[in-house]
Parts: sequence; structure tokens; C-alpha cells
Amino acid sequence: MESLIIILVGVLTTVAIYLVLSKNVVRVILGTAILSHAVHLLILSMGGLKLGTVPLLGEEAGSYVDALPQALILTAIVISFAVTAFILVLAYRAYQELETDNLGAMRGSDDE
Amino acid sequence: MSLLIIAILIPFIATALIPLIHNRIGTLHIGWLVLLIPTALFVIFALQIPVISNGDTLIQTINWIPSVGINFVAYLDGLSLIMALLITGMGSLVVLYSIYYLSASDSFPHFYAYLLLFMGAMLGIVLSDNLLVLYIFWELTSISSFLLIAFWYHRKNSRYGAQKSLLITFFGGLGMLAGFLMLHSMTETFSIRETLSVIGQYTDHTLFYPAMFLVLLGAFTKSAQFPFHIWLPDAMEAPTPVSAYLHSATMVKAGLYLVARFTPIFGGTAEWFWTVTLVGLVTLLWGAFCAVRQTDLKALLAYSTISQLGLIMSLFGMGSAAMYFGDGEQGAFYGLAIFAALFHMVNHSTFKGALFMVVGIVDHQVGTRDIRRLGGLMSFLPITFTFAVIGSFSMAGLPFFNGFLSKEMFFTASVNAIGLPVFGDSAWGLLIPAIAWVASVFTFVYCMIIVFRTFFGRPQLKKLDRKPVEPSLGMLISPAILCVLIVGLFFVPNLLGDHLLRPALNGIIPGISGAAPHISAWHGFNTELFMTFGIIIVGTLLFLTFRSWYKIYLLQPPGWTFTALYNSYLKDLKRVSNWITTHYMTGHLPAYFAYIFIFFIATAGGALIFTGALSIDLTADSPISFYEGMLVTAMAIAAVSILFAKSRLTAILLNGVLGFSIAIFFVLFRAPDLALTQLVIETVTTVLFLLCFNFLPEWAKEDSAKRIKIRNAVIAISAGITVTLIGLTVNSGQSFESISGYFENSYELAGGDNIVNAILGDFRAFDTLLESLVLFIAGLGVYTLIRLKLGKGPEKDEHK
Repeated sequence: MESLIIILVGVLTTVAIYLVLSKNVVRVILGTAILSHAVHLLILSMGGLKLGTVPLLGEEAGSYVDALPQALILTAIVISFAVTAFILVLAYRAYQELETDNLGAMRGSDDE
Repeated sequence: MSLLIIAILIPFIATALIPLIHNRIGTLHIGWLVLLIPTALFVIFALQIPVISNGDTLIQTINWIPSVGINFVAYLDGLSLIMALLITGMGSLVVLYSIYYLSASDSFPHFYAYLLLFMGAMLGIVLSDNLLVLYIFWELTSISSFLLIAFWYHRKNSRYGAQKSLLITFFGGLGMLAGFLMLHSMTETFSIRETLSVIGQYTDHTLFYPAMFLVLLGAFTKSAQFPFHIWLPDAMEAPTPVSAYLHSATMVKAGLYLVARFTPIFGGTAEWFWTVTLVGLVTLLWGAFCAVRQTDLKALLAYSTISQLGLIMSLFGMGSAAMYFGDGEQGAFYGLAIFAALFHMVNHSTFKGALFMVVGIVDHQVGTRDIRRLGGLMSFLPITFTFAVIGSFSMAGLPFFNGFLSKEMFFTASVNAIGLPVFGDSAWGLLIPAIAWVASVFTFVYCMIIVFRTFFGRPQLKKLDRKPVEPSLGMLISPAILCVLIVGLFFVPNLLGDHLLRPALNGIIPGISGAAPHISAWHGFNTELFMTFGIIIVGTLLFLTFRSWYKIYLLQPPGWTFTALYNSYLKDLKRVSNWITTHYMTGHLPAYFAYIFIFFIATAGGALIFTGALSIDLTADSPISFYEGMLVTAMAIAAVSILFAKSRLTAILLNGVLGFSIAIFFVLFRAPDLALTQLVIETVTTVLFLLCFNFLPEWAKEDSAKRIKIRNAVIAISAGITVTLIGLTVNSGQSFESISGYFENSYELAGGDNIVNAILGDFRAFDTLLESLVLFIAGLGVYTLIRLKLGKGPEKDEHK
């Protein structure tokens, strides 16, 4: 299972990076969102999958799955959301001001 | 009491205080307050003379970074003491002189702050036992020298000279640092004294010679040795007191100090002997040869300083042979050269300091130091003339001045060197005294030029800015003291020899005190005396016939100088870096992303392959159920479809599919908290995307060229493969134990049953706090962006 998830992570990363390399702002933002999905899955699979029960002590089980990656991912989800929201609004405002969503056209003049 | 460490720190503290007190002392010249510092330090160090000349040493330690062996260790032995006395003694005289030299329009607080900064750094160099601490002080002297050369920064030449000196000395300094680190990797210590005691085991180490040459690079650049001497003439743009202090008496001697300090470490090898001796001799000859053609008195003194530094350098080189012969008669025979080097170092500071002050007075009083405009000043500046004669004749090596004694010893050492077995054929050995003699002839010529072109001949008062008169008494005190020393040292040289030079020699090579001779002016008619006679005769002839052989200097083509080489190198450096920068800093975001990913693939992927870390082991994997397999397939298809989505709505929804599938995975992988969060966030994100897209244009088809698309695809696929391989490799081996077990005590430690919650709210609570700060900042950013109204020039405002 872990290897399969890691291969999926690879596929998601490929898609994400291809999008990020695009000239279109929206594609870049979408790419970053997918990249964070990939990273979350990667972190989770690093702790080993399905090796125990839910990490709640009340379950009285012999072993629990690794709780540390989960805590890290929880933080990561929230932060990636914040970043996505910010750059979305940035793209929206940039379009309003510059009337383009093409990164090539957004370049400042040479003497900046 | 840490006397030495306080002595180093006092100038630094004073540097910081000067700007504060400058405005509160009224009409009092701040130089008088500054003068107290070097004078007090000089007295402190002078009080150590009896201790040190008894053969004792002082050592005081303050731990700084003990875990990596970097401690502030101040060490005072004979060599450090003689340097410290030079630094503080010359410092006092120069500060006194500068009070009268600087004009009211100059910024005193800057000048004295830099000067004291230099003094502290220089004391730090000569008193540090720790190599890294020494290095820091070393670079600090370069920085303060830079600041002082550029003191009149409105002049283009000052800025040029400052930059040149900084670049060249830093270049050497960095090399020296590399040498120190190599020494450390051999000996495991940064202490000079400890290195000394263990270096014997490492002479066959592969790093031994690289370390030696790098340390020498630092010494040669600092002491303006050929071919790095080119910065010193340009450094003459500094105010004359600075030239007298940094660029003749002290800073440029830091390289000599370093060579002396490292003689017991590297000395005794043929490489050290040859490099130091030859570089010194070539510098001696080239400096003297160039000095003769100069028309600016300060430039002449600069080349003469280069030449004299070369002389001392070559003496240290010849003296290093004593390390080879060890403690014995032969060791003492060659060790004499080191004694001569130390003696000449002191003498040079006295006569060159006096000469710089003389030139400063001439410049100050008549407004020029160009010898083509000077002449006949003897009757107008009789006192200054006397100083000039004493300083010049001492430098020329004439009797009744201290320079004669050390010059004779230099000849003795060079004649002694003929017999060294390294030469095999003694014809080669003759080269050393031959070069020494020829260089001394030129030295004699330029010394005469200083005296006769400036003070004799017909006065050209029309060409001068002002009518020449003697300066105020204050300006004459410092050169007067130096002239008294010049003459005094000739008559009682052994006072210096016994109390300072002998201990200094012992500091360099312990137990070789037999090499310290009783200095006497008269040895009978020996080779050295005849060499001096020859110099006087040939030198006088050359001086008188200067016009007829002047053409020899025109043989050197104008573009063929080291300075031209330096200038064109600097120009090319600028051009090439400009070219590189404009070609990769394109301002295209995709290009920057591409750099990042290519770098990632190259380093992470490269490391994976070339270190042989790559390993794939599927045996520990948990089983795959049917639904999980389906979900993975669905996600992969959804992801790839995004690339081909015709409308952005499709793309958003497919991204939603990915997000919600991950939520299901979180459920399957026993992560209920994550699943909940993911569901909420994914919903909000999708809505946010849709909302924003309402305001954005429909996404156009990628219009990039096919070549770029293929390039992007290659980068993306390579990065994906790299991530997969790293993930698989990490997954297939447990290099060290997991730390997660600790958190399973969450109930005992944090009072929580939900381990994930306990980690977030307790174990890593600070992290979570900062996370909410990130959220807050992002929210603030969103709010500001939406409210922000960018003005499009002034027109827009008018409509409001």
C-alpha cells in the first residue's frame, strides 16, 4: 500500500509541477494546491500505513498508527489553505490592475 | 587580571565612544583624548619588557566557542611584545602628528574612530594565539585600512585605492583562512602554540604544503609583496598620518609577523625557504627599482616601503634555514637573519615613519609633494630638512644611523646564505647577495632623490601653492622623537637587542638565543663593509647620471603592469557577472520555477543515485484492498485529466476530486482528525476557487511553444520520479528509531487521549500558535489586497 501511495504521490507531483511551470496564473495556483495534496500523502505514508488503530488512547488497542505525521499534516493543511487563499486573491487583484493573467505579460520593465 | 585582553579591547571601546563624546568636549581637539589611549597602552606594554626579557610569557584566555575550539587566547611573548610596542608607540606619535596635520574641515570622529579600530585589530593580530581569532582581527585591519584610505572619499583616486587594497588583502586573507582550516584539519587545534608542538608529525601530510602556501598568500598580500604590491602605492591616497602608521609602520608588517610566527611551523623546509626568500628579494629589487622613477614623494616612499618589506621578508626566509639545522652553531649562524629581520623591522618603522611625516610636512606647508615642483627648501624648512637627512641616510644604510646596523646584518645574512647546502653549486648562492647589493644601490639612489631633489637646488617658489615656512612645533615633535631614536639606536643598539630583539627571537624559535649577536657598528674591513662602500660609490654615480640612464624605465611597455592586469581583470569580472545575471535573471516566474526544480532534481536525485542510497523494498508494505486500489486509480486519472481540461471549471472540480479522495484516504489510514479538516478545507477551497474565477478570464489554451512544453514535461516527470524514488527509498529502510512512541504517553504527559490533538495543543503548542499567526497574516493580506486601490498615476486622484 505504501509504495502504491508513493507512486501516486509521484504522479500528483508531476502534474503539479507541470502546472506550476505554466505561464497562466490560475494553472500555477492549481499546481501549488495539488503539490500540497501530494506532500500530505507523502508525509502520511512515511509513518507507515494501517499499522494500528486510530491514535485515540481510549481505543485500548495494542498499537496505534503513527500520530506525528498526522499532526504535521494537520498543520500543513491549514497553512496551505491560507497560502492558496492568499495567492488566489493576489491573482484576482493582479488581473484587475494589470488586465492579464499571463505571467510573461506581468513582468516589470527592464529598469525596475 | 586579563591585562592583555583589556589592552585589545580598550581601542575598540574607545572607537564606540568617540562619536558619543565628540560633541561634548567643546573646543578641545578630540585627538588629545585619543592620544591618551595608545600612550597608556604603550606604557602598559613597556612595563612588560622586564618580564618578557626574562624569558617568561603571558597567556590569558576567555572562552568564546569552546565546543569548536575557538577561544579568545591572548599570548604575549617577545615577538608579540615588540609588535605591540611598535603599534602603540607609532600610534601615539601618529595621533600626536595628526592633531596638527588634519584640517578643520576633516571629520575628526571618523578619522580617530577608524584609527583606533585599526589599533585594536592590529593588537588583536599580534596577541592572538587562536588562528580564527587572529583571522578576524586580520580582516578588521583590512576594513579599517579601507576606511582610512577612503577617508577623503570624495576623491576618485581614494575610492579606487581603497577598493584595490581591500580586494587584494581580502583575497589573500581568504586564502589564509583556508590555510588555517587545513592546518586545523591536520592538527585538530586552532591554537598556534599547540600546532607548533604537534606539527612535526604532519610534515608528510598532503595538506601540509597547500596550507603553507595559502598562509603565505595571506602574508604576501598584506605585506605588499611582489606581485601583490600594487595596492600599496594607491593606498597613498590616505592622509599622510595613516600612510605613516598603517602603510609603513604597522599593518603591512602584519604579513611579516605572520611569516615570523609560522617560521617554527613551516620553516626548515626548502619550499618555505625558497618562497619567502625569493619573493622577498624580488620585491626588494623591484620596489627599489620602481621607487627611483617616482615623482610623487609619497609614491616614492610607498615603493620604498614595498622594497624594505621585501628586504625583511627575505631575511625571514634566509633565517628559516635555522629551523633546518636546529639548535646548534649552524642554527645560530643562519638564525642571525631572523634577528636582523626583527632589528630592521624596528628600524624601518622609525626611519620610514619619520620620512612620511617629513613628506606630510612638506605637502602641508607648500601644497605639493611633486619633486618636479620642489627644490631648494633647505633654507625655508631647516628642521624638516634635518629630519629628512636623518631618515633618508638611515634608509640608505649609512653610518651613524640605525639603518646602517641592520643593513650590514642583512648583508651578513645574505653572504652567509651562499654556503647553504640547498644550492649545491655555490654560484647560485651568490645570487642572494648580488640581488641584495643591486637593490641597495637603487635604495641609495632614491634616498638621495628624497633629500636632494626636495631640499637642494634652485627654489621654485612660483610653482608652490604657499610660501614655505616651518610648521607649528606640534607637527615637529613626532618626527623629532623618531629621529632621536634613529640616531640613538645606532649608538646603543644593544639596549634594544638585549631587551626586545633577543626575546622576540626566542619567541620565534625557542632556544636559539645564540643567534642574537652583540650588535656593533665596527666589524673591521669585511665583505659587508666593502659592499656598503660599493653602494655609496655606484649609487652616487647613478644619482648624478640619472638623466642619462632614465630611459631604462621606458623599456617597460605602458600596458604591461600588474595594475593594468588588475584593472582589466576587474573590468572583465564586472562584464561577465553582468552578462550571467542578465541571462538567468529573466524576470519570468516559470524560468525561476524551472531553476528550482532542476536544482532539486540534480541535487536530491543526484545524491540518491551517486551515493548508492537508492533501494526499493516492498516487503514491509501493508496489503492493498480493492477499494483503495480503485481510489488510487481514480485519483491518478483525475490528476492527469487536469492537464487536459478544456475549461477551468473542469480543472477545479477535478482538483476537488483529488481533495475529497484524500479525505477518504485519511479515513482509511486511521486519521479521523485529518479527514474532518480536509473535508472542511477542501470545500472552502473549492468555493474560493469558483468565487475568484468569477472575476478571472476563462483560461486560455497554453500558447507556449512546443519546445517549452516538452521541456516543462521533462522537468515535471523527472521531479515526479525523483520524489517517488526518494519516497520508496525512505520507506524501505528504517535508518533510526521512530520518535513517535514518546507521544503515545500523551495521557500521562499532556492529559489528552487524542494523541494528534495532544501534539498540536500541547507538545507542539508553540508551533500551532505560530500556525494561527500565519493564518492571521494571510487573512490580513487578503483583506488588504481587496481593499487596496492602486493609483494609476496622478490623473486618477483628480477624479476623486
